[in-house]
Amino acid sequence: MGRALTSSEKELVRLLQEDIPLTPAPFSDLGEAVGMTEAEVLAKVQEWVADGTIRRFGAMVRHQKLGYKANAMSAWDVPDERAEEVGGVFAAADEVSHCYQRPRAEGWDYNVFAMIHGATAAECEEVAAELARRAGVEKYDLLFSSKEFKKISMKYFMEQD
Amino acid sequence: MDDTDKKIVTYIQAGFPVSAHPYADIGARLGLGEDEVIERIKGIMSSGEIRRLGASFDSRKLGYSSTLCAVHVAPEKLEDAIEVINSYYNVTHNYERNHHYNVWFTLIAPSPDRIREILAEMEERAGIGPVINLPAVKLFKIQVDLPVIDG
Repeated sequence: MGRALTSSEKELVRLLQEDIPLTPAPFSDLGEAVGMTEAEVLAKVQEWVADGTIRRFGAMVRHQKLGYKANAMSAWDVPDERAEEVGGVFAAADEVSHCYQRPRAEGWDYNVFAMIHGATAAECEEVAAELARRAGVEKYDLLFSSKEFKKISMKYFMEQD
Repeated sequence: MDDTDKKIVTYIQAGFPVSAHPYADIGARLGLGEDEVIERIKGIMSSGEIRRLGASFDSRKLGYSSTLCAVHVAPEKLEDAIEVINSYYNVTHNYERNHHYNVWFTLIAPSPDRIREILAEMEERAGIGPVINLPAVKLFKIQVDLPVIDG
């Protein structure tokens, strides 16, 4: 479901995925760079926020530096017909930031994923045990990250795209 | 960060004002001058507490496809394999995790076909695989506005 963006809109996307200028009138500065007026930039950004093209507009913080020390990717083997209901239970928990249903694969029986955040690994385990009880799902695994190899924000409309 | 910095972070995490003079507007809400808001945000950004101040786009709305991938890589091959995987700008997050599938990464590309093409090329170049490709079939929650807490 692609949308046809104009070249100046693509240029605006490229700039908005960098840092907003720390100047008194940053949207005017952005407009100057892409050939749009300040009013046009403000209207476009507001439109993108309203229709969900921009999922979030603001400061992205380092969670680990702000007190969330541990995160666990919990993976659950849920009967397909219960996935929607169980996903809803997990999504309602404050400690869960992301929750998806995904396909199973060779050597991978889990179809529901929930990212759990806590101060410690033990706290994540407690949250998972509580979610298991609430959802009535027994088979799950917690995958902790032992090393971060890469973490960047996607850059759209760069290079060959 | 002092309490004022934390208030600023909480405020601009939830939503940066889309207005002609956003820093003046933030200041008006928090009882600070425009210059002070700008100077404080500069400081918070250089300390690394804020990693980016901008827009997070929905890849689907821009016409892109995304997926979560996992692969088993033997310890002796790990370093070379990570170099190959990370060489794609399409790979945005990549973690080592405690499972037989020990390398987990997210990948964003213009189409599902392009994703399969990249994965096949990656398997070939790194001598790894199979990479399992787990695109979301249903989204139940995506929320990145965790509150600022003391730590």
